[in-house]
Amino acid sequence: MAIEEVAYAYGRRQALDRVSFTIPPGRFAVLLGLNGAGKSTLFQLITRLFATRQGTIRIFGHDVLREAGAALRRLGVVFQARTLDLDLTVRQNLAYHAALHGIGRSAAKMRAAEVLARVDLAGRVSERARNLSGGQMRRLEIARALLHQPRLILLDEPTVGLDIAARADILAHVRDLVANDGVAVLWATHLVDEIAQDDQVLVLHQGRLLADGRLDALLASTGAGDAETAFRRLIERPGAVP
Amino acid sequence: MSPETSRREAGFPLSAYLICLQGIVGRELLRFLHQRERFVAALVRPLVWLFIFAAGFRQVLGVSIIPPYTVYVLYEVYITPGLLAMIQLFNGMQSSMSMVYDRETGSMRTLLVSPLPRWFLLSSKLWAGTLVSVVQAYAFLAIAWFWGIEPPLWGYLAVLPALFLSGLMLGALGMLLSSLVRQLENFAGVMNFLIFPMFFASSALYPLWRVRESSPLLYRICELNPFTYAVELIRFALYLRVEPVALAVVFGCTVLFMVGAVLAYDPARGFLARQQHDAGGHP
Repeated sequence: MAIEEVAYAYGRRQALDRVSFTIPPGRFAVLLGLNGAGKSTLFQLITRLFATRQGTIRIFGHDVLREAGAALRRLGVVFQARTLDLDLTVRQNLAYHAALHGIGRSAAKMRAAEVLARVDLAGRVSERARNLSGGQMRRLEIARALLHQPRLILLDEPTVGLDIAARADILAHVRDLVANDGVAVLWATHLVDEIAQDDQVLVLHQGRLLADGRLDALLASTGAGDAETAFRRLIERPGAVP
Repeated sequence: MSPETSRREAGFPLSAYLICLQGIVGRELLRFLHQRERFVAALVRPLVWLFIFAAGFRQVLGVSIIPPYTVYVLYEVYITPGLLAMIQLFNGMQSSMSMVYDRETGSMRTLLVSPLPRWFLLSSKLWAGTLVSVVQAYAFLAIAWFWGIEPPLWGYLAVLPALFLSGLMLGALGMLLSSLVRQLENFAGVMNFLIFPMFFASSALYPLWRVRESSPLLYRICELNPFTYAVELIRFALYLRVEPVALAVVFGCTVLFMVGAVLAYDPARGFLARQQHDAGGHP
């Protein structure tokens, strides 16, 4: 995914200010920022819920605005807010998503079995979504995002509201996808402990991208010993892009 | 990648569109089945009008022989098409309310971030909602039959396209409204300011010639109300006749409202884009 010079404003408030970065295939990228940094706005633009007014967003070469279909079919999304239909079963939620992507019933059934096995929900297919725990609902949303075999997955603060074990579980599942399937991931969070050494770290603050690089490069450029200190040092001197 | 390859990759086969339509309709029916109280509520409202209101007003409101009727009809026979349209009006508004709710809770996003064209996704949702309203309308007709409302047998079949068309028009109107409403709480106001005036300022409860006698201004308002034409389209179809003006108005309004809704849900041009721009709201 390539984001070039993307800017967005809500009235007079500048939510994103000329943000540019690239995520290559098979990379786990962490979009780190405080609440209100512009992470969700960026997600809305990437998924075409908002229209990009300035700059371009390309997913595997396809402009999100001009070739929305080609771009969105390669994209799996897990939004910050729960987007499951709670009255439907696990299977029905997946079948609905498959239909939205034009996937036929038999193929959808096979893929649903695969993705549910991956997120350890194979035994819950007939369960109504409302009966799942918070962590299981998130895993189901991840399974749903994987159903149409996307090459890039966006996750907007997917561990918010989950306990420690569920958080670790979700993170492990997604890292496994990157390692084994070569899927690219953009993981938005405000929790620095979710960053691993090899991740591409993107620090977004007040709509500006302050850093883009591996964690060790970030630590070296800020002179910090850990990710949290590096993050604090970066946001305390906004405008300093390493 | 060449532009030609891009175009080919972006395109979906017809089967993908059909699967998508089937999925959206299936989901709407499943939701409808899971919400039995919604079904009951949708039926109770017109039945109360039929059993209580119509019985009470039967002696007060005389209905002369007007097309499509060829004989004097009881008042409850006269208001049945209006009550069918009422079911569809409420269903259209309820669907749009659920769209506002889905937008707030986020599940609308799963629809809007799907790769098929947005106009198709919204049209499919509209068809799904209309299908539900048609099922409700037939359930009402079945109960009304036991109450002595017996249109010609073929009328039950002839009214089907009329119900679909009027359902699409009212659903599209609801969809357009849902794009204008920022929060669910604001929707109650829209319901009060739209549903009741639309219903009462129409030919649903009384023939327009009677309205003209008592208030020429109200008569003009009723004539400008698209709901009047939905009622008349259903009324004539139920008695195996076509009312061309009603057909043209309902068809035209359906297209107009649908185009408006698709534009309103366009992230670049619509009201939603303006709302986001003004306030940073969620689509």
